[in-house]
Amino acid sequence: MPLPEFFEWLAATPSSTALRESHYLYLAILAVHVLTLAVFLGTAIIVDLRLIGLVMTRVPISQILSRLLPWTTGGFAVMAASGSLMFYASPVDKFVNLFFRAKMAMLALAGLAVWIFFRTVHRSIEGWDNDPVPPRAARIAGGLTLLLWVAILVAGRMIPYQQYWLG
Amino acid sequence: MSLLEFFYWLEYLPLLVAMRSSPWLFPAIATAHLLGLAIIGGAVLVVDLRLLGLGLIRQPVAQLARNAEPLLFIGIAFMLLTGPWLFMCFATKYYYLTAFWVKLVCFALVLLFTLTVRRRVVMGSGSAGAVPKLVAAASLSLWFTVALGGRLIGFP
Repeated sequence: MPLPEFFEWLAATPSSTALRESHYLYLAILAVHVLTLAVFLGTAIIVDLRLIGLVMTRVPISQILSRLLPWTTGGFAVMAASGSLMFYASPVDKFVNLFFRAKMAMLALAGLAVWIFFRTVHRSIEGWDNDPVPPRAARIAGGLTLLLWVAILVAGRMIPYQQYWLG
Repeated sequence: MSLLEFFYWLEYLPLLVAMRSSPWLFPAIATAHLLGLAIIGGAVLVVDLRLLGLGLIRQPVAQLARNAEPLLFIGIAFMLLTGPWLFMCFATKYYYLTAFWVKLVCFALVLLFTLTVRRRVVMGSGSAGAVPKLVAAASLSLWFTVALGGRLIGFP
C-alpha cells in the first residue's frame, strides 16, 4: 500500500478519529510535547555547548554524557511518543505538511549525526575528556547537532502555519 | 483608564496592528520564545537536579550554578524580549484568561526566588538537610507552572 493511502486508512480508523476529535486530550498531548522540550532541548543545549567548549568547561565531558544525556534521551522519548500520537491523530494533514516533512528529515539527520559522533569522535574521548575546549571534530559535532535541534524546533513550531502560508 | 482599556490601547497601537498583519512576525517571535523555554529549562534543570541528588552529582553545586547562570540569564532575556510582544498582540484576550495571570505572578515569583533564596543556597558553601531539595522543588514547580500557563494561554 502506498504511503498516502496508508495514512488515509490510518486517519479513518476509529482511534485516530477519536483522538482527532477529542480536543482536550489532543491539547493535553500537545502540552506534554511542548513542556518536555524544556527537558530534552534544555539538556541537549548544555551537552552540545559543552562539546563546543562554551559552558561547564571544568566538568569532564564523560560526566556530562553519563549524568545529563539520560535526561536528554528520556525527554526525547516522551517527545517522540507524544509526537507520534499527534501524528496518529491527523496523519494525512501531517504527511502533506512541508514543515512536518522538513522536521522529520532533519530528525533523521540529527539521529545520524549523533550516531556518527558516538561511532567516531567519541571513541577517543579519554584524550580530551577534561579539555575546556574539545578538539575540532567534537566542536563540529556539538555545533551541528545544536543547529539541527533548533531548526527542528522552528519547523515544528511552524507546522500549524502550513495552510496559513502555503495554502 | 481601566486595566482592560489600557490592554485595549496597547493591542491597537499602530505598531501592534502592523505586527498582526505580518504573517510571519508573530510565529517568529513565538518560536524565539519557545527557544527561551528550552534554554531556561537546561539552565534550571542542571542545578535543580543536582540539588535533588540527580544529574551532575560529582560537581559542587556552586560550580554548576555559576556555570549555568549566564545561560539562565540568556534564557530570561529571550523571554523578556519576546514575551511582551506576544502579550501585546492579543492583550485583551489574555486579560480574561486566569492562566495568563497565574503565569505572570509565578514568573515574577520565580525570578524573585531565583535571584534571592535559590541564589544564596546554590552559590553558598552548601546547605545541609532538606533546604536544597525544598529550594529545587519550589524552583521546578514555579517554572513548570509558568511553562504550563504559557502553553494554556496559546490555545485557541
